[in-house]
Amino acid sequence: MSTENTLETGTVQNGIFYSSQVMLDLAKLKKVYPTPKGDYVVLEDLDLQIMKEEFVTIIGHSGCGKTTMLSMIAGLNPISGGNIAVLGNPVKGPGPDRGVIFQSPSLMPWMTALENVLLGVNQVFKHATKTQRKDIAKYYLHKVGLEGAFDKKAIELSQGMQQRVGIARAFAIKPKVLLLDEPFGMLDSLTRGELQDILIEIWNKEKITAVMITHDVDEAIFLADRVVMMTSGPRAKIGDILNIDFERPRTRKSVLEHDDYYSYRKHLIDFLEH
Amino acid sequence: MKQDITLKREGQFLAFLKPLVGKFTPNFQRMDIMGSLKKTVITIFSVLVFLGLWHLGSKALYNKEANFKIEKALNEQGAVAAEAERACIASGDSSCQPNTLPSPLQVWASLQSLIADHKVITADKAAFVEKMSERNAQLIAQGKDAIVYTGRASFVDIVLTSIKTVFAGFLLALLIAVPIGIVIGLSPSLRSAFNWFIQIFKPVSPVVWYLLVFMIVKTLYIGDSSDNAFVISFISVGLCAMWATLVNTAMGVSTVDKDYINVAKVLKLGTFQKIFKVILPSSLPLIFTGLRITLSVAWMVLIAIELLAQSQGLGLFVWEEFQNGANDSNSKIIVAMFVIGIIGFLLDRLMLAIQNMVSFNKNESV
Ligand SMILES: Nc1ncnc2c1ncn2[C@@H]1O[C@H](COP(=O)(O)OP(=O)(O)O)[C@@H](O)[C@H]1O
Ligand SMILES: [Mg+2]
Repeated sequence: MSTENTLETGTVQNGIFYSSQVMLDLAKLKKVYPTPKGDYVVLEDLDLQIMKEEFVTIIGHSGCGKTTMLSMIAGLNPISGGNIAVLGNPVKGPGPDRGVIFQSPSLMPWMTALENVLLGVNQVFKHATKTQRKDIAKYYLHKVGLEGAFDKKAIELSQGMQQRVGIARAFAIKPKVLLLDEPFGMLDSLTRGELQDILIEIWNKEKITAVMITHDVDEAIFLADRVVMMTSGPRAKIGDILNIDFERPRTRKSVLEHDDYYSYRKHLIDFLEH
Repeated sequence: MKQDITLKREGQFLAFLKPLVGKFTPNFQRMDIMGSLKKTVITIFSVLVFLGLWHLGSKALYNKEANFKIEKALNEQGAVAAEAERACIASGDSSCQPNTLPSPLQVWASLQSLIADHKVITADKAAFVEKMSERNAQLIAQGKDAIVYTGRASFVDIVLTSIKTVFAGFLLALLIAVPIGIVIGLSPSLRSAFNWFIQIFKPVSPVVWYLLVFMIVKTLYIGDSSDNAFVISFISVGLCAMWATLVNTAMGVSTVDKDYINVAKVLKLGTFQKIFKVILPSSLPLIFTGLRITLSVAWMVLIAIELLAQSQGLGLFVWEEFQNGANDSNSKIIVAMFVIGIIGFLLDRLMLAIQNMVSFNKNESV
């Protein structure tokens, strides 16, 4: 507790307070997958620090090891070398302090939207009353625009609606870090835009440190404080980092009309094309 | 699309019921009515063809045996005896009728007589209970056993006994196979430990299961004069039929979608929660597929096992009629055959309905 408080410093930029406390620290991270043709080194010497209340997006070529990195942060995939720490504590296995939104919504199809969110809420808020837990779950479902679908079975919801439940489920457990692995990759562009808006709206309110993988350059810029570019594998590491200095809250329109937008975009595309 | 698929699936058996059920998407209404009308006509037509062929076949067999009998009388006893035999067969006298495949009409008549017989026995039973009511009340007051009706079982009683046996066997299979399947499914090492056991005992024939159960139950009931035929038959049925459920449950539990397991891990669900909130619900469709197979296998082996165990069910009925060799025995056997088939079909429909009810993904269930 005390170490957390002494670290609580920050800078003010554009009138917004940015905490400089390190939330996530990846140091000399390494991942090796054993294959029949010998070991395959996916990641090596990967260093990355993510600050508290920061929204980081990660782009990189398919197969470079983005999912591998994220699942190691989540604790679902063992580390081959180096360290991952959350607020200075090494990650030992998965836990609800790191919420995950998977690419497929991964809802329990036999449960209703509300039950899916409650599954996590019940687990995290063990001391709350039943009504309180229900209220939390309903609040977040409301936030993602599903107030009319509490009792719909997950299987009856469209992909986009399912992913909304996924977002509600992740925020409702109040994680320290939110990990998103191409959460909108399977959606059509209209639905994707809607969900980006919903995500950023909740995030503006909750300010949960977020790490999101995406293959969509515009999405990466719109959502992020920093865009992290990964080099292609094998032995992938962080290639470049781009600060996005748009003020928050942002609207899609203001971002698109911003003078720096196209230079950011060019920077990212140039990186990906090399 | 979905409607089409269900129609295709059920249409084979229940096309003629479809208009009564009436669950149509408006757009396809016309097509569906035309389609099911066509199927209804085809079904009725095929039933008629079946009955016709059956009738002709049984007639041919009847003539063959009749001619043989007359010829035999001619060769062994002369023309007078042959003429007497011919007259006897033509008169319909039961002493000389050919004993072969009965015609549809004979089977229908047997069904009527079995129902009439049931009514007689039921009335008899009611009269007995009435007559004994005072006496039994006294006996019970004295703390003794009441006198129960021990007359002949009617065909309906026999069918009910079979259904009771199959359900008891099914329940036993469920209670053994589902828990063991879950445990095996959860643990890869237990799975390999049990594998040889399942592989070896799964293909064992019902008769052998019966003998095994008989050996054990006989000893357990030693000195006890009560009838253990029912116990032996339902245990044998259960043991024969449980394998599909065991294998499917283990498979369902061991192949839960990795995403769901990851969600459970991230939320740090406890073992109990993980099993009951994630693993079991997600394997329910496979478990029910197994249970459906189990029930149909149970019904299938029941007949043979009842026969062996001398349990008062359809199996024994069929066998006794065959041994009996009375004039209408063969048609009673055919009646039993249809009853067995129809009940088996209805049991399967029942399981399918339950299966569709519990499975969250309608496309996955067959
Ligand atoms: N379990 C595994 N075993 C072996 N190789 C794997 C495994 N998972 C991923 N890989 C390989 O590691 C590389 C990185 O995969 P991944 O992290 O999924 O990439 P990305 O998410 O960036 O597309 C790929 O080449 C992939 O084939
Ligand atoms: Mg990936």
